[in-house]
Amino acid sequence: MEPPRERVKKIEVQGLRVAFGPKEVIHGISFDVYQNEILAVIGPAQSGKSSMLRCLNRTLELTSSSRIEGVVKLDGVDSRKMKDIYDLRRKIGMVAPMPVGLPLSIYDNVAFAPRAAGIRSKSELDGLVERCLRQAALWDEVKERLDGLGTKLSGGQQQRLTIARALSHQPEVLCLDEFSIAIDPVTTMRIEDVVKELRHEITVILVTNLVQQARRLADRTMFLWNGDIIEIDESDVIFSETPRSRKTYEYVNGIFG
Amino acid sequence: MIPSPAKFGETQAVRRRRREERVARAAFGVMALVLVVPLVLIVSHLVAQAFPLLSWDFLTTNPVAGMRKGGVWSALLGTIWLVGVSLAVAAPIGVLAAVYLNEYAGDTWLTRIIHLAVVNLAGVPSIVHALFGLGAFVIFAHLGRSILAASLTLAIMTLPVIIASTKEALASVPNSFREACWNVGATRWQTIRGIVLPNSISGILTGVILQVSRAAGETAPIMFTGAVFYKKIEAGNPFAYGLKDQCMALSMHLYTVTTQVPDVPHALPYAIAVVLLGTTLLVNATSIALRVYLRSRKKW
Repeated sequence: MEPPRERVKKIEVQGLRVAFGPKEVIHGISFDVYQNEILAVIGPAQSGKSSMLRCLNRTLELTSSSRIEGVVKLDGVDSRKMKDIYDLRRKIGMVAPMPVGLPLSIYDNVAFAPRAAGIRSKSELDGLVERCLRQAALWDEVKERLDGLGTKLSGGQQQRLTIARALSHQPEVLCLDEFSIAIDPVTTMRIEDVVKELRHEITVILVTNLVQQARRLADRTMFLWNGDIIEIDESDVIFSETPRSRKTYEYVNGIFG
Repeated sequence: MIPSPAKFGETQAVRRRRREERVARAAFGVMALVLVVPLVLIVSHLVAQAFPLLSWDFLTTNPVAGMRKGGVWSALLGTIWLVGVSLAVAAPIGVLAAVYLNEYAGDTWLTRIIHLAVVNLAGVPSIVHALFGLGAFVIFAHLGRSILAASLTLAIMTLPVIIASTKEALASVPNSFREACWNVGATRWQTIRGIVLPNSISGILTGVILQVSRAAGETAPIMFTGAVFYKKIEAGNPFAYGLKDQCMALSMHLYTVTTQVPDVPHALPYAIAVVLLGTTLLVNATSIALRVYLRSRKKW
């Protein structure tokens, strides 16, 4: 996989610190995410991966005990200075570890975000719903029962529904937070194919516990450990015999963590 | 014959566990039964004593002959008005306040104080509410002793419980739903309207309706603020009372007839009690029916 020659910075994170109450969980990290790349974030539980993602779309600040410092820029614009926080969240698709089918019909699950953004036209919504469900590799399984409940789908289907919903507001960045934690390997592979397709259009940040998944998909990989970036580099380097940090080598090869 | 392995046999420990299980089951079962006995006894006793007087006419005619004869229409209608108006005031305020506390407010010192106030307000005795209502609505707000003043007093009394039960209903909606909505750029209000309220409405309504039946039975809060011993109104006209009128009420009427009026027929207080009980049971049954209906539409 040849990384794109000309790199445009899609997201810039500078000196990001996150604390919950007295406990600091991210200790001032800085990194960039380039346009149209897949950046994998690996690291053991409690290393701050999910908190980091939630800083990108500014939903972490909805947790009342959280304190956040540092700068997150999207397309060079400081996200804290954006007037329309909802527009920021629409530009970043977010898929949580556990699939969340909203207690609505399958159609309404996908149409929820476009409607919230003010799209009312039935034909426009129809087209959007079909396109997102196709992109999430779910269309063929549910096209006959779009008015069925999203919560009644199986776990793997709900996860793809969640991805379809994350795509429904036409994001420029898609964040997948351990999407395969609750689904079977076959569905996981299908979604991985989806992700590979998507990288032509959007930027993907893939938080994962599966080192192999990062190796399969990512252009670059970041190793986050206890709230610090140990190493961020091309995946070829991270997964080679000689990454810059000894710790990275040990984690990737299952010697610790 | 080969003896069965001790692992699956009737060992001392297995027998003891089984005995404990039986004792626990019996103890819990008896307590559950104890709960039902008083209710059955009360209802059957009341109905048996009141039986000679119970009829449709008893509901639709006014008390006559110094309240010794006739029906309970004016009291029944008074209770309906009091409860209806108090509900119209308390339900919107309570539900909206609870939505704010649960969905918008963070965990700050201010919300903690509000929470503390709600909890303590729920513990205030109803006679204290009555005095507050007398001071605040009857005298200070110049409402006089009226349905409006009494209803507002009842509303103040039911508010904290409505807020608490609504908050609980809202909190039962999983947080992951809210986060999923925020992640796709929905505002808090879009999240509340689209997901939170539709999925908590059954719990909210149940909480509100249960407060109705509580308000219907209260005597103290309305005694100083709007309820009277006797008032003559047009029988059968549901709009015979106005908001500024004083009114009779079933709970008050029962108290009056039992303690203040000499030579009442034996069955009369029982019959009034049956009507009062029947009204609240009817309301509760509505709440249960509503709950079952809305639950059946619940989507997760």
